[in-house]
Amino acid sequence: MQRALWFAISLVAGVACSGGSHPPAQPPPQAAAGALLAPAQFAGIADRARRSQAIFVEAGRVLTHARCVNCHPSDDTPRQGDRHAPHDPPVLRGADNRGIPALGCTTCHQDRNAELARVPGAPDWHLAPREMVWLGKSAAAICTQLKDPARNGQRTLAQIHDHLAHDPLVAWGWRPGADRAPAPGSQAELAALFQAWIDTGAVCPSEDKP
Amino acid sequence: MIKLTVNGVAREVDADEDMPLLWVLRDLLGLTGTKYGCGEALCGACTVHLDGRAVRACVTPIRRAAGHAVTTIEGLSPAGEHPLQRAWVELGVPQCGFCQAGQIMSAAALLAENPRPSDADIDHSLAGNLCRCGTYIRIRAAVRKAAGS
Repeated sequence: MQRALWFAISLVAGVACSGGSHPPAQPPPQAAAGALLAPAQFAGIADRARRSQAIFVEAGRVLTHARCVNCHPSDDTPRQGDRHAPHDPPVLRGADNRGIPALGCTTCHQDRNAELARVPGAPDWHLAPREMVWLGKSAAAICTQLKDPARNGQRTLAQIHDHLAHDPLVAWGWRPGADRAPAPGSQAELAALFQAWIDTGAVCPSEDKP
Repeated sequence: MIKLTVNGVAREVDADEDMPLLWVLRDLLGLTGTKYGCGEALCGACTVHLDGRAVRACVTPIRRAAGHAVTTIEGLSPAGEHPLQRAWVELGVPQCGFCQAGQIMSAAALLAENPRPSDADIDHSLAGNLCRCGTYIRIRAAVRKAAGS
């Protein structure tokens, strides 16, 4: 539907602007549910900046997924589930983002999922720092934030890529255990998209369109 | 064999590395003061200390405790003289008592890091310990008493 709409808009625009002498613009591709597109599938977008934006929008399907944003809240309460319900038991962030005395993250969370108990787990389970808020934000807003040293832990884009590509806690998003829906694609596919976004100039999408 | 220290005593247990610490304590070592409540880290009845920090024994695999020190309610103070235990007795905190070992172990972990907690600190740190009898008011009072405030 989205592709058809894009095609119709492009066709009308193409006819109106050029008298029908040029083909319509290549629409951004769409991945199947649960999958991620590869960087090569954006090659049809000739404009480098627009290609970069479209690639980030695709990566944003992971960055805005419940498995990721639930641990990037703006307040002191982690979320859980696809509807971002407050964490039960009612734990708090604590000074080091790892809980409070007697109720730390690792009071319950182990270094891997506890399948029988349905308690999710990964090495160094913790919340993202308060300034790295993703919950409730668009891909465009997260993109701007990722490029802001004050809100990305003073990281370079290469360091953020390394974090997304290799951090075991990030990896949990694709192996969440129990009946939790994994993030789309795979960690390697996200890393490839993020690298392609960097390589195309790391242009953030605008709020209203890719 | 998995080696660990339990209440100051070196122990070796023959257990699968994924066996919950709770079953090692209760079934293999006979330390039944730690209770099984929900089995999903949601009630806090099974709380013990691992190297001084509170953990839910029902979801903690014994491999995590290998080479480390575990303290249970039996080892908090063998004579029952920990300030929390004395306060618990003085204020008659328990009703049915099933959750109280977990409550005390969580409170002890709190006081070890924060010797003068506020009411809010107590409520927050013990929020994961449920009491079906509703003794929360007396629990908070006892923790404050143990903290000397």
